[in-house]
Amino acid sequence: MLEVRALSKAFGGLKAVDQASLDVRQGEIVGLIGPNGAGKTTLFAAIAGFHKPDAGSVRFEGKDITGLPPHRICGAGMVRTFQITQPFAKITVRENIMVGAYFRTPDRALAMREAEAVAEMVGMGGQLDQMGADLTVAARKRLELARALATGPRLLLLDEVMAGLNPTEIVEIVGVIRSIRDAGVTILLIEHVMQAVTSLAERLYVLNQGRMIAEGTPASIAEDPQVIEAYLGHGAAKVLRA
Amino acid sequence: MNLPPEIILEAVLNGLLTGAVYGLVALGLTLVYGVLHIINFAHGALLTAAMYAAYVARTAFGVDPYVAALPLAGLFFGIGYLVQRLVIGPASRGKDENILLVTLGLSIVIENLMLAMFRSDTRSIDVPYAMDVVEFGPALLSWPRLVGFAATIAVGVALYVLMTFSATGKAIRAVAKERTGAALVGIDVAHIYAVTFGIGTACLAIAAALLLPSFYVSPRVGNAFVLVAFTIVVLGGMGSFIGAAVGGIIIGITEALGGLILGEQLGQIGISLIFILILLLKPTGLFGSRA
Amino acid sequence: MNRTTVLCALGLVAAVVFPLAAPNYLVNIGMLVFFVAFLGQSWNISGGFAGQTSFGHVVFFGTGAYTSTILQVTWGWNPWVAWPAAMLMGAIVGWGIAFLSFRAGLRGSYFALITLAFAEVFRILANSVPFTRGGLGMLIKSDPRPINFQFKDPIWLYYIALALCVVSLVVAWQLTRNRFGARLVAIRENEDAARALGIDVFAEKVRVLTLSGAMCAAGGTFYAQKYLYIDPSIAFGVDKSVEMLLVTMVGGAGTIFGPLIGSIALTTINEVTRGVASVVPALKNVQPLSLVVYGVMLVLIVARLPDGLTGLFRRKPRHA
Repeated sequence: MLEVRALSKAFGGLKAVDQASLDVRQGEIVGLIGPNGAGKTTLFAAIAGFHKPDAGSVRFEGKDITGLPPHRICGAGMVRTFQITQPFAKITVRENIMVGAYFRTPDRALAMREAEAVAEMVGMGGQLDQMGADLTVAARKRLELARALATGPRLLLLDEVMAGLNPTEIVEIVGVIRSIRDAGVTILLIEHVMQAVTSLAERLYVLNQGRMIAEGTPASIAEDPQVIEAYLGHGAAKVLRA
Repeated sequence: MNLPPEIILEAVLNGLLTGAVYGLVALGLTLVYGVLHIINFAHGALLTAAMYAAYVARTAFGVDPYVAALPLAGLFFGIGYLVQRLVIGPASRGKDENILLVTLGLSIVIENLMLAMFRSDTRSIDVPYAMDVVEFGPALLSWPRLVGFAATIAVGVALYVLMTFSATGKAIRAVAKERTGAALVGIDVAHIYAVTFGIGTACLAIAAALLLPSFYVSPRVGNAFVLVAFTIVVLGGMGSFIGAAVGGIIIGITEALGGLILGEQLGQIGISLIFILILLLKPTGLFGSRA
Repeated sequence: MNRTTVLCALGLVAAVVFPLAAPNYLVNIGMLVFFVAFLGQSWNISGGFAGQTSFGHVVFFGTGAYTSTILQVTWGWNPWVAWPAAMLMGAIVGWGIAFLSFRAGLRGSYFALITLAFAEVFRILANSVPFTRGGLGMLIKSDPRPINFQFKDPIWLYYIALALCVVSLVVAWQLTRNRFGARLVAIRENEDAARALGIDVFAEKVRVLTLSGAMCAAGGTFYAQKYLYIDPSIAFGVDKSVEMLLVTMVGGAGTIFGPLIGSIALTTINEVTRGVASVVPALKNVQPLSLVVYGVMLVLIVARLPDGLTGLFRRKPRHA
């Protein structure tokens, strides 16, 4: 479904993403992990059209979408959420989600019903009348999710949707993400919370200093010496094995 | 257009001199932007107020504007300090859109107070040297503008010394570069903001005193200068002193040549067009770093 | 029928009946209230709903005023026909300014500045170009017959201003209920998030400024027909820009009734200061003082009441 080939993006002299490639097949939940500063969000931003890649390509469902602006990529069926939540502060949760729903229909009543349905799915059914600015961190994360979902994407890019959540909230949102996938949406997510990622994702990609260093099932990744070294430092793999 | 070179030279030189004072006006604006990161829409109104103050100093107290310049600078430093500390700072709570509107509100208040006090007629002062000229080769340079030029350079140097060597200057530069860090080392950011605003306003007061001999005062005079000042700041680059100086000179010369070629009225358009073009093509200006 | 609908209906009835009983002087004031509210609403659409603060909206007003006046005086067009032509010019200028400014990525203060510059350019051009009669301004020959968009009885212009105001209220109301309006609000609140949700931010901004330009230009024509005289400083002077912005901000930006409430407030303050001045001879100049009050109100509202005076009427707070 999604094919990223040799994508590179540099800022000034610094290569944030260096020839990264990844594949996401329809119906999967794929995780993108890596130490802080590895370039994960930049990769997302480049895929979703917020940065123009310096090199490489992004193909979605066979179409080349490299460098297209975000609203066109949304049109193609791919949507991203933001690591630092960006709720529309001065309007209600319902109205927030409707902005997403309006992507599919110009009709207000339809958009409203759609928004309410999505809110239910995400567990925000009771908060529809709250103001965007008044939400807790957990609620904002759900709102990000709901808004993106309301646009009816086939591929959802989730950027650290669990950051800042407590264990209970994490369990809840893992359930929500699973049900979203079961409803037919493919998911690529960036995450730091290892437990959640390993239980959710069928495959993982590991990014370190802009480069893709490993790919595979969560189990195989955990054994990979390069991955261990990326997180724990040079020589850690050997130490751990000894 | 067939204009004798002496006329052009004279226009350019006079433009240069006027441009220096424009640069002084712009300096206050760019200083405030560079440190507080706000675009002060009240700048023009404050200039108007300063010009009226100089006017009153002359007509009511007989004090020559050049003599009044320094005391006025002190007075307006205080006014600027209080305005930032008591009005702009608290009212805007740091948000960009708010600052825009608060400074606009301020400019409305100041301008209309001037209008209420002085009515809309234009006034000018009568000083014996207003029409004096100095010979510079084939060109005749206006004496007040020459003084303005010299004074601007003096102020520029003084500011440079202040910013580089004094404790306050260092604090200002620290806050401009890294506000949180500055606060962490014990710098009173609100105070520094107010001091910076005060310095910017003081520059306005000096510029006002320098401009008074050559320009009419009216409640709207600030508006005309503010567009020029903004153009200079955007041309030179927000936050850049050199930019303000160079920008001022370029604009001064453009205005002079524009007036010469297109006539007084249409010549003004050059400035607005430069402004638009810079904003569209290179908003960071010649020397600016932030977009 | 909820409370708001009843109030609106009552208000409308009162507004229609009012001029039938009131003296001409008050009818004129009423006309101004609705006219300023209409102009304010045109600013509100782009500045309040979409959050694109413009300081140079008068450029559209002047475009409308000059277009219809030139068509009338120089080319003999009927003013009623020239009116839509003026609106079209306003839309084109709106489109042009938006296209250039937003293509260049200008936002916030920079956008405000460039709109100011555009207005100034138009003013200087109007002052210097022959077909606008330059600084002399343009006079429309007084011939008060309805066919000429001129009326002997002020009640007609009152009703036209009222109609314009009502139309603008409907437009604003529609924006709170349709997709376009929802997208504008999203853009105002957070452009990046809006983009991520499929909104073509550039296109919508251009669209809203085009609409705003057309509306504002309609006001320009109305003004020209009322006063039968325009010149560059009236048509493109910064005062009108400030007025439009002020009534909207004070009344409540991004709300339906904000500009109307702001206009009523401004007129009230004006009349009160006029009354005070007539009693206290030392306060000779009324107009500037009412604006001083207004400027202070603007600062206070920005500091304390982000929803303007409308915020005082809402039962539940609209912000955190």
